[in-house]
Amino acid sequence: MSGSTGLLAEGQDLRIVGFLCNWCSYGGADTAGVARCEQPTDLRVIRVPCSGRIDPLFIARALISGADGVLVSGCHPRDCHYAEGNFYARRRFEMLKQFLSVTGIDPERFHYTWVSASEGQRWQDVVTSFTDRIHKLGPAPKLSGGTGYDEECLKEIAAAVALGDECPCHKEKA
Amino acid sequence: MRIGVFVCHCGSNIAATVDCPAVAEQAGTLQDVVFTTDTMYTCSEPGQNEIISAIKEQKLDGVVVASCSPRMHEATFRRALERAGLNRYMLEMANIREHVSWIGKNKPRNTIKAFELVKIAVAKLRNNNPLHANKFDVTKRVLVIGGGVAGIQAALDCADAGYQVVMVEREQSIGGKMAKIDKTFPTVDCSSCILGPKMVDVSQHENITLYAMSEVEKIEGYVGNFDVQVRKKATYVNWADCTGCGACMEKCPSKKNVDKFNEGISKCTSINIPFPQAIPKKAAIDPSGCLMLQKGKCGVCAKVCPTKCIDFEQKDEILSEKVGAVIAATGYDMFDHSVYKQYGAGQYPDVITSLQYERLMNASGPTGGHIVRPSDGKEPKKVVFVQCVGSRDPSVGRPYCSGFCCMYTAKQAVLTKDHIPDSDSYVFYMDIRSPGKGYDEFTRRAQEQYGVQYVRGRVSMIYPKGDNLIVRGADTLAGTQVEVEADLVVLAVGAESAKNAPALAEKMRISYDSYGFFMEAHPKLKPVETNTAGVYLAGSCLGPRDIPTSVGQGSAAAAKVMTLFSKDKLESDPQVSKVNASRCVGCLKCAATCPFGAIKEVTDRAGNVKAEVIETVCQGCGICTVTCPQGAIQLQHFTDNQILAEVNALCQAQLDF
Repeated sequence: MSGSTGLLAEGQDLRIVGFLCNWCSYGGADTAGVARCEQPTDLRVIRVPCSGRIDPLFIARALISGADGVLVSGCHPRDCHYAEGNFYARRRFEMLKQFLSVTGIDPERFHYTWVSASEGQRWQDVVTSFTDRIHKLGPAPKLSGGTGYDEECLKEIAAAVALGDECPCHKEKA
Repeated sequence: MRIGVFVCHCGSNIAATVDCPAVAEQAGTLQDVVFTTDTMYTCSEPGQNEIISAIKEQKLDGVVVASCSPRMHEATFRRALERAGLNRYMLEMANIREHVSWIGKNKPRNTIKAFELVKIAVAKLRNNNPLHANKFDVTKRVLVIGGGVAGIQAALDCADAGYQVVMVEREQSIGGKMAKIDKTFPTVDCSSCILGPKMVDVSQHENITLYAMSEVEKIEGYVGNFDVQVRKKATYVNWADCTGCGACMEKCPSKKNVDKFNEGISKCTSINIPFPQAIPKKAAIDPSGCLMLQKGKCGVCAKVCPTKCIDFEQKDEILSEKVGAVIAATGYDMFDHSVYKQYGAGQYPDVITSLQYERLMNASGPTGGHIVRPSDGKEPKKVVFVQCVGSRDPSVGRPYCSGFCCMYTAKQAVLTKDHIPDSDSYVFYMDIRSPGKGYDEFTRRAQEQYGVQYVRGRVSMIYPKGDNLIVRGADTLAGTQVEVEADLVVLAVGAESAKNAPALAEKMRISYDSYGFFMEAHPKLKPVETNTAGVYLAGSCLGPRDIPTSVGQGSAAAAKVMTLFSKDKLESDPQVSKVNASRCVGCLKCAATCPFGAIKEVTDRAGNVKAEVIETVCQGCGICTVTCPQGAIQLQHFTDNQILAEVNALCQAQLDF
């Protein structure tokens, strides 16, 4: 706790989105709550049935739309309530990590882990250390804020999007 | 849409660190929210009535309750919605207790966080649709895994209620650990006299099918309709014909097999019946020592067997069973004491475990109930018991208390005095834990009436001196070092999870803790249920339990099964995947990833291949939804639109283009 409390006392909360599977990690976060394991307040949790339900695009969408960090947690491998959902999840997340840097998003802003329903204390550690990491990285560069991105490039993308199917790339394909 | 938001104070649980009225007021600014309030206890009867009357008066068609975890009260509030005439899936919860008020003390920040969680819930609710359950049949048969006292109790209760029971036992006989025990605490009554009749009942009950020497290979399906595969291990004896006469055991020339039932303190023949009261009382060959199976010559047992039931060619068999519910009562293993090198366990023959000592005291044990030292067969006059071997010791990864060792040690010390009246017993203990009915009185009796010397402190080492052993430890009450010269040392080993427990948990799709013990659905309120519908637990597979608790849990699990079977039809969970046929391109990637085989290929009228979900088989994980390249298959109640609405509510996209 020590590292993050200092940081948190000064700055604002950052925006951290959590995707938690219902059976293990959401339960683990509940266990942490019941055990009063104090945590930073930045994280907001979205509950999904299984880590295998988490589309990497949800994570990308969150990061593009202004999240400063995304934390994903599911059941430990081999302990998935749906037998193999977390194996699919693991592959997808590893793939996503490869792509994030290409899109200009710091892959450090995304983290996935496994926490079981009995591991309240582990959940506290996961949240604290990830929040700490995000605070060290600082707020994510925002597309609208004009920081960190090539304005010209953005305009080009915007123009392409506006063209829709009329865009040359679509025509070439056809 | 007209949404109502109810913010719960939960007494001071939430209100102490979250400004609930402010959250409620702010929630009123959200789109579609027409009614907000904050209440002291939303889950209480007046709290629920408030929701119901608000739904009616305000004509709400969706409700957000900001309170505790949905894992706690989602079912409660869904029922409240139904009573008000709303569909139960028009409820969303914001977890502002476990995820907010209990984990942070900063009230302004907690309040903002709580409001944002309400905001997510409202955003999701705006995309919710009413869902309706289908009904399906229940197979009213139950699988009981494990034939220890907990499993026996569960099986008998279910069978007496008229339901078919399939019992699967890994060992050659049912009875579990209790069958090895001589006497039970605190009544000191004969263990096999109270367990034996129950074992016989299992074998004779018309509703119980018993598979001994068998293990569960695979469990598929869902509540009400499980398909179970049982591996019946080869015994090399045709059990249908075996009468348990024991003629084979008398003549078997291979007599050096480790006697597992006697905890390895004696040897047994390769073809063996573990103990006289075994159920089923059938012989089985241990192939590791059998001359015929190892070297291809012998076959004495086959010659002497009066029913000609020996079959050296026998192979494992896989049987299929259909059941509607599963009770796991797989028990525990004793802690492997050999990690305590300083106690010389496994090195000195006269340092034994409590369960080995139990076999020495047992009239049906290898010594006929006469306590002797394994090294020289002499009667020990000074017996030292060392408690907490593999309990409450983080250095060996066992920080938990095994619960029953204090009691069985006191019992063994008392019985030692009964068996050898001129003996002295010493017990090294950390604390005496005796919270059961009549338990503390019993440990006092051991000390006061039987003169057992209790020394508070841990033993640092045990080393030999001549024929005897020196037990060196601390007496923390006297503040001195103690050395006792013992004839026999008994280590009170703790309990650990059964060796294959995690693998079995994975087959049943239930959780287990870091020690391998199965997890109950709720530690207080659902002690024998799991998070997988139709799977129940009893006894020491949940953690160390004594006999009364195991029996109680066996009955409790049986009662849960009977509740399930009291209905002829079960309602399926409508939170399953659904295919939008017009978007489906028939690639069937969904079918390839589905862990349950819940997606089948169909052809529509135009002859196009489409995917279709078998609703009763779908478990609602949503793996297919992520797999589908078209977004054509959507997990109901967790659709892409619903989850993206939540993400958007949180991140509020500010993209310019």
